[in-house]
Amino acid sequence: MPELDIVPSTDGEVLLRAEGLVKHFPLKEGIFFKHQVGSVKAVDGVTLAVRRGETLGLVGETGCGKSTLARSIMRLYPLTAGRLIFDGADLSTLSRSRMRPYRRGMQMIFQDPYGSLNPRRRVGSIIGDPLAIHKMAKGAGRTKRVQELMEVVGLNPEHYNRFPAEFSGGQRQRIGVARALALHPKLIVCDEPVSALDVSIQAQIINLLDDLQAEFGLTYLFIAHDLSVVQHVSDRVAVMYLGKLVEVADVKDLYSTPRHPYTNALLSASVVADPDKARSRDRIILSGDVPSPINPPSGCRFHTRCPKAQALCSTEEPQLRSAAGDPASHQTACHFPVADGEKLASEKAAILHAVEGFLAEAPSVGAGSREASAT
Amino acid sequence: MTLLTVDNLKVSFPTADGIVHAVRGLSFSVDAGKTLGVVGESGSGKSVSALTLLGLNPGADTTGSAVFNGADLLTMSQSQLRRIRGAEIAMIFQDPLSSLHPHFRVGWQIAEAIRAHTSVNKHDARAQAIELLRLVNIPQPERRVDAYPHEMSGGMRQRVMIAMALGLKPKLLIADEPTTALDATVQAQLIELLTQLQREVGMAMIIITHDLGVIASIADEVLVMYAGRAAERAGARTIFFKPHHPYTRGLLGSVPTATGVIGSRLLPIVGAPPSLINVPSGCGFHPRCPFAMQACVDEQPSLDPVGDDPTHTSACWLPPDMIGVGVAMDVVRQRYAGSHRDARAAKLPGVVAAGDGAAVYA
Repeated sequence: MPELDIVPSTDGEVLLRAEGLVKHFPLKEGIFFKHQVGSVKAVDGVTLAVRRGETLGLVGETGCGKSTLARSIMRLYPLTAGRLIFDGADLSTLSRSRMRPYRRGMQMIFQDPYGSLNPRRRVGSIIGDPLAIHKMAKGAGRTKRVQELMEVVGLNPEHYNRFPAEFSGGQRQRIGVARALALHPKLIVCDEPVSALDVSIQAQIINLLDDLQAEFGLTYLFIAHDLSVVQHVSDRVAVMYLGKLVEVADVKDLYSTPRHPYTNALLSASVVADPDKARSRDRIILSGDVPSPINPPSGCRFHTRCPKAQALCSTEEPQLRSAAGDPASHQTACHFPVADGEKLASEKAAILHAVEGFLAEAPSVGAGSREASAT
Repeated sequence: MTLLTVDNLKVSFPTADGIVHAVRGLSFSVDAGKTLGVVGESGSGKSVSALTLLGLNPGADTTGSAVFNGADLLTMSQSQLRRIRGAEIAMIFQDPLSSLHPHFRVGWQIAEAIRAHTSVNKHDARAQAIELLRLVNIPQPERRVDAYPHEMSGGMRQRVMIAMALGLKPKLLIADEPTTALDATVQAQLIELLTQLQREVGMAMIIITHDLGVIASIADEVLVMYAGRAAERAGARTIFFKPHHPYTRGLLGSVPTATGVIGSRLLPIVGAPPSLINVPSGCGFHPRCPFAMQACVDEQPSLDPVGDDPTHTSACWLPPDMIGVGVAMDVVRQRYAGSHRDARAAKLPGVVAAGDGAAVYA
């Protein structure tokens, strides 16, 4: 386990601190006698601090461990290793029953507004569930509180007795938000809260989360793969690759001077809704796919796809630290961080080459008219 | 040169709850070698229109015409359509896992399409399949040609779909949400690939998506759809910088990077897309529109020229010179709308009280 090193926060107190968090899922084989043959290293040593009142964005590709990290932080999984300190209390080894009182302080909003609500229960009782489980309110008091919550998230309190199927996707996500708010949590983990929604509805939910944060002083851990949404909502952003953090920085620093080659690639790949910018930007196109988290590459896990990789990258694992000239809040895990104005190699040329080859060599197919139009 | 002309396309589905009017009079055209981006929310009729063109909507009531290369796709026989489908018009679907057959090797599936339309033998078809996999940047195509779909990642499967679609060098490629299920990095690779291939092969593309970012990177022309009709149509820059229709304006206000200033509040559209069984009267957008007027409730606007760009058309009752994004133009629109509103229109949920000059999208 590498030495833990968290920059002491200068502004705002730390609400949640994860130190060397590890979550491995065992892979088992055998029919009668199961034995472990390896493990999926979904989260492999993540050190992270979330400050009170901030929104920390967490980005990364599918399978990089974002959701596992979120669920580990919620203690929905037992941790393989590492410590988790929430609001001053060490949660990493608490039993289920000892954990329960702390759950009040941390709630989660899920990606799929269809799958995360029980279709056979009425909305009022879904939102009232946390109150019932934590014995916070009963009877008429609970009903009143649920209706307040529905009003807070922009739902009509009269729809208390309806079923989830009677609501649209955006409204269902509001139900999920109301449920998360029921216990006055300090931290809300939002796992892709808007990715399943239409653009216009996405904006409604983002604004709602914004308003709630201002009103109740909430802290968000906001997971999304849409980089422009993360840029819009976050104060700080952490970039994850294959179970590890590769870069953490204030949102402005991360988007203006990304230091890790992976962050650079990710940012250059994100599409922006501006035709001039979208066409003028030089995309860094990563070759291949994300390696398997069962056998992650040695050294820096990104070295197999990195345009800047050198021999050192495959042998020694880089630690999160500030590059020269960066503020202490901007940390990168890279031996050769990208300097200001540096351009990374792009693969455009390779694609062009393949296309030309196709046109020159491909055996002719189809009717003559088609060939004429193709060449 | 116009490759495809769709005129007054109407598609409806009889269901137990009533007739779903999925497409309600859609007209557009695609020029050879150009990319048309079709954008709109779920249920705006984007995918249904595309499927109808290829005759993949059995059970739907379809009227109108879709003339491709001089022949109407909607009235031709199944055997004629089969000759065009796959060879001259190819399609890529959103979910590559469910559009590839899980029991067959990808190479076989690519070769099948080639063999269905041309008289090549198995061996040559396989060689072409390898060549196509190489074209779409799949590493080790000689080995991957024998892989099953489940052995590939989402991005690779989508590449296989693209390889299959390009196998016969189609004149028109319809891509229905080609990158929605994929990561940003893979999405960028595919957009790059599609634009390069298009430039070299010279095919026309229709890209259907709800992602304005994808539209901005790839489309020459944009068709904005709402509730089964075209709301606005123009060149990509005009749509993004000088939109006329309040729905287009609302979509742009909903996207973090399009509103211009990062950190400023988003301006979403109120409410949710309408039911296509009981479509609102007049303009389908009027219940959500902050500029709804009397005319919008009573009468459907037609797609008419607006602004200073000759190819710019919009189906909205606002005056044709009210184009652009930004609060100033919203105030102008609101003032105009406020003076053309009666008690009924003023009560619509999208309408906000005039005069405060603040952001009008709730």
